[in-house]
Amino acid sequence: MSYLYNTPDDQAAMLKSIGVNSIEELFSTIPEDLRLKRDLVLPPQMGELELTQHLSALAAKNASPATHACFLGGGSYDHFVPAAVDALASRGEFYTSYTPYQPEVSQGNLQAMFEYQTLICDLTGMDLSNASLYDGGSALAEAVIMALNTGKRGEKVVVLGTVHPEYRQILQTYFTDLGIEIVEVACPDGVADLAKVEASVDASTNCVIVQSPNFFGGIEDVAAIAEIAHKNDAVVIQSFDPISLGLLKRPGDLGADIAVAEGHSLGSPMQYGGPYLGIMACSDQFVRRLPGRIVGQTEDRRGKRCWVLTLQTREQHIRREKATSNICTNQGLFALRASIYLSLLGPSGLEQAATLCTQKAHYAQQSLTEVDRLEPVFGGSPFFKEFVLRDTQGNVEGLLAEAREAGFLGGVPLGQFFPEMDDCFLVCVTEKRTKAEIDALTRTFSLCHTGGSTIHA
Amino acid sequence: MRNQQATQLLSELSRPGRVAVHWPACDVPEQPIQDMIPTNFLADEAPRLPELTEGEVVRHYTNLSTKNMSVDTHYYPLGSCTMKYNPKRNERLASLPGIVDLHPYQDESTIQGMLQLLYELQGIFSEISGLPACSLQPAAGAHGELTALMAAAKYFKSIGEDRKVVLAPDSSHGTNPASAQMAGFKAVSIKSDPNGGVDMDDFRKKLTDDIAVLMITNPSTLGLFEKNMREIADAVHEKGGLVYLDGANMNAILGIARPGDFGADMMHYNPHKTFSGPHGGGGPGAGPICVTEKLKPFLPSPIVEKDGDRYKLDFDRPNSIGRVRSFFGNTGVLVRAYCYILSHGPIGLREVSENAVLNANYLLSKVKHFLPVPRGERCMHEFVASASELKKERGITAMDIGKRLLDYGFHAPTVYFPLTIPEAIMIEPTETESKETLDAFVETLFKITEEDAELLHDAPHTTPISRPNEVQAARSPCLRADFCSS
Repeated sequence: MSYLYNTPDDQAAMLKSIGVNSIEELFSTIPEDLRLKRDLVLPPQMGELELTQHLSALAAKNASPATHACFLGGGSYDHFVPAAVDALASRGEFYTSYTPYQPEVSQGNLQAMFEYQTLICDLTGMDLSNASLYDGGSALAEAVIMALNTGKRGEKVVVLGTVHPEYRQILQTYFTDLGIEIVEVACPDGVADLAKVEASVDASTNCVIVQSPNFFGGIEDVAAIAEIAHKNDAVVIQSFDPISLGLLKRPGDLGADIAVAEGHSLGSPMQYGGPYLGIMACSDQFVRRLPGRIVGQTEDRRGKRCWVLTLQTREQHIRREKATSNICTNQGLFALRASIYLSLLGPSGLEQAATLCTQKAHYAQQSLTEVDRLEPVFGGSPFFKEFVLRDTQGNVEGLLAEAREAGFLGGVPLGQFFPEMDDCFLVCVTEKRTKAEIDALTRTFSLCHTGGSTIHA
Repeated sequence: MRNQQATQLLSELSRPGRVAVHWPACDVPEQPIQDMIPTNFLADEAPRLPELTEGEVVRHYTNLSTKNMSVDTHYYPLGSCTMKYNPKRNERLASLPGIVDLHPYQDESTIQGMLQLLYELQGIFSEISGLPACSLQPAAGAHGELTALMAAAKYFKSIGEDRKVVLAPDSSHGTNPASAQMAGFKAVSIKSDPNGGVDMDDFRKKLTDDIAVLMITNPSTLGLFEKNMREIADAVHEKGGLVYLDGANMNAILGIARPGDFGADMMHYNPHKTFSGPHGGGGPGAGPICVTEKLKPFLPSPIVEKDGDRYKLDFDRPNSIGRVRSFFGNTGVLVRAYCYILSHGPIGLREVSENAVLNANYLLSKVKHFLPVPRGERCMHEFVASASELKKERGITAMDIGKRLLDYGFHAPTVYFPLTIPEAIMIEPTETESKETLDAFVETLFKITEEDAELLHDAPHTTPISRPNEVQAARSPCLRADFCSS
């Protein structure tokens, strides 16, 4: 195979140096009865050309934003990625390097991570950031672990019903069997009802989780929710959309103690759900309980400013079962991409991106709700770049199938997450969508032949 | 020729008014923002981000990149990390339109190609492991451990058993006990015997009736195949427990031995090690897990299934633990693993392991003449040498040797791990290095052991920085630019 170097002559010389006659002999330490006595049954070996043809054929079976205008959201977004992000992150010195445990030969990565932490603090208004976690969903679970380990003794976790349904499912998976009570606050209006939040939070509440903009696109009154939580001495965890912070108040300004996010929209592609970027920022009190890697500034022996991985006594390779988390890897390459993206956009670029999303999403909501069979679901509440529509004929599946035929990924059906919303779908509009695409989608929906649902028949 | 500005921070380079990205004018009828979003939700001003031109950003990050060692530029004999070559074709193929730009909530009819790839990959991972069921969801090896342990907990609950103990050898990765703790188990450590295997007496003593899972790394972090593997697995199974294999060292046994055949009930892969996914300066990885048929119902959802000639995501799995992350998984890393495996085929994968083991034994045969290798004459894909004699005689530590290697253009081996060997130097050559490189490495390593101790204590001498003050970094943490006094 082309990645191997050893010629038969090399192998012979090496075997001689080792003092054995065959490679087979090197495996003699594996007991005979534990060895595989046949070849693996795998697809045959392919050269680069065949493999390229094979992958291209698989790719051609998929529709994507390259072939269909994408109005899908729900935590993964079709934002524009500037060429410089790809060009820089494709440098082998970045993507083929290892975790910077040898700081003398990793200053590039370490400085980039330190700058990432700085950018995330500036973006969120929080005191501290780690050097990234896996994704937005598991970052939320890690935030809860941190709150449980740091805060008061209460073991009740209050989570709003407008938090991403998959994130809430992750919380159930992580915590239900550990005896931690997870209380979900129903939000039938698409944003939290403050009276219900107040009624759910009490002295035994360890933390309150709010997502804003929330799963339905709605903007929550985080400041008011934070006040309720803090009155009860509970930690406030906000999940946010980083692009929205070009317009909206920052988690740190709203009273969040821990801010987490899915960060892929900062310069990384959707790639069918991962790898993504788990952003975690927090206030100073959590400094020794933060999970994951953290980079700190220091000096070398000659007094030169430099950067190292620090506070490692929190981590599993030192503390084993007493670590703050089992996390070993971070998403270094995607944190790098986010840093490059934010450096390119700057304050005005991020503000413009957020404004374009909001303008276009509001235009789309107005246009689409003029279609006879569609109506807004949470019409009155403010939203950022996503909104929910109801098909009054109750056939979301048929409607979206017709849109696909016409070249649109028209929305995310909500019945899969909320059975009572099986006549609803979530529409997302990023800065990439044009007026022409929005108008064409509107036209497609209004000309839709698909009639009433068989589900409701 | 070194660019002196490269160590400036973005905030120091920033000048008000510079811009790199020009967005198009808004093409829909605009409304005042405050008509759409109440002013109490709106920020008073845009976030305080640096203001730079595209050229400055490109120069900044390009210069930063030159301060890294990487597999593309240097040899990394880094034990336990399998720093093999990262094929360029994988990067290109994972970036194809129709692969890289798929939204995770697209309708199944629009992602049949992707689902086919993922379905085939589940089967491939199962075949290599000898374990019939596979979840591609976990985001990293440690995440795979946690996921499998949660599935084990749910399995025991389903059969009405309350088991609390997770055993792991003291030479295991720190993630093992940390994952056990997070999944609600009690982590108990087993001693290693003088040869680096599991101490069977200590194992039998700690193998109690409430054993849930034994976590074992085999081949071990010492690069040795556990000779009592069968006996250990049988003993755990006899007590009703499960065996978990930490798959970090799969590079040694591809097509040679399968965890499912030697007694494992569950395992994770590290595709960024074994299957050449690039390390990315610390991630992303992925942590797919394979399990026995009886544990399949407890795996996270969804799993890709095939129904006639259609591929579909199966969410209808009532006993599943649920989810450990959002969306499907680290698909981008998995696509690279798929490309890597198809580039080799069954015979090629076996040759990967054969050459990885050959290279490691060749290095061992040379290194042992000047650095003792306490655990044996022979190894699998890696081995652990010790600098403890050098330290005793001349005060030279494993750290000194590692740092001095940097001066000669080699990345340092893993040092001080596993914790069971004093002054450990853990060397894993991988299969994608030439005999010439291995010879040059050995020669350099030998030369270093002969060098002046003072020279080594101060090493490295030629890198962008000298040894940093890590104590100061931890004592008074400066974790963001504007909070540091400099």
